[in-house]
Amino acid sequence: MAECCGGGSKLIYSCAGSADVGEIADRVTRKLRDEGFAKMTCLAGVGAGLSGYVQSAKGADEVITIDGCATACARKSLERIGVHPTSYILTDFGLEKHETPVTDQIVAEVLEKIKKNAGFSAASPRMTDGGCCGV
Amino acid sequence: MKIEILGVGCAKCHKLEEMVREVVKKEGVSADISKVEDFKKIMAYGVMTTPALVVNGEVKAAGKIPSEDQIKGWIKG
Repeated sequence: MAECCGGGSKLIYSCAGSADVGEIADRVTRKLRDEGFAKMTCLAGVGAGLSGYVQSAKGADEVITIDGCATACARKSLERIGVHPTSYILTDFGLEKHETPVTDQIVAEVLEKIKKNAGFSAASPRMTDGGCCGV
Repeated sequence: MKIEILGVGCAKCHKLEEMVREVVKKEGVSADISKVEDFKKIMAYGVMTTPALVVNGEVKAAGKIPSEDQIKGWIKG
């Protein structure tokens, strides 16, 4: 859902690449969204230059990218439009591209590392669906 | 010219609508201005943060109120 009024808006993007680490990046990003860490939106929309996606990224208070590997397609896609995200790259967490099984355990481990790194806990404010400026 | 203000009724959305109407009047531009409050229509633009301003189908700003000069540039450009 769209966040109203732009106040405290935090958007998250995954590279969702074809390799194992890309798949893990996607799954971790979806879990972060589900936990209220940030609102997830489509990197493909940014890459395609669709104005709504581009302007949403530019207008967000904080943008986060989760990339599987150091190629950092998500981060670079945002940088191309002048947005400098907080970047997480899964190979920096010790995952090896083409050598990492996509398991629930690995997804959970990466999720916890990113949450810890970002200082996100059960007490942190949530990005929730719907609602508008308290209305 | 078709101008849409996307937002579900917050103060900033109202402010943007007021600004747009004022700039359009001041510049003497002929425009069909509408407010879009339906989340599905807002999401169809890929907009994740409101208020947003759409001019002739192109999202010009999202998640913030643009300046009067920016609005002027978009409607006159």
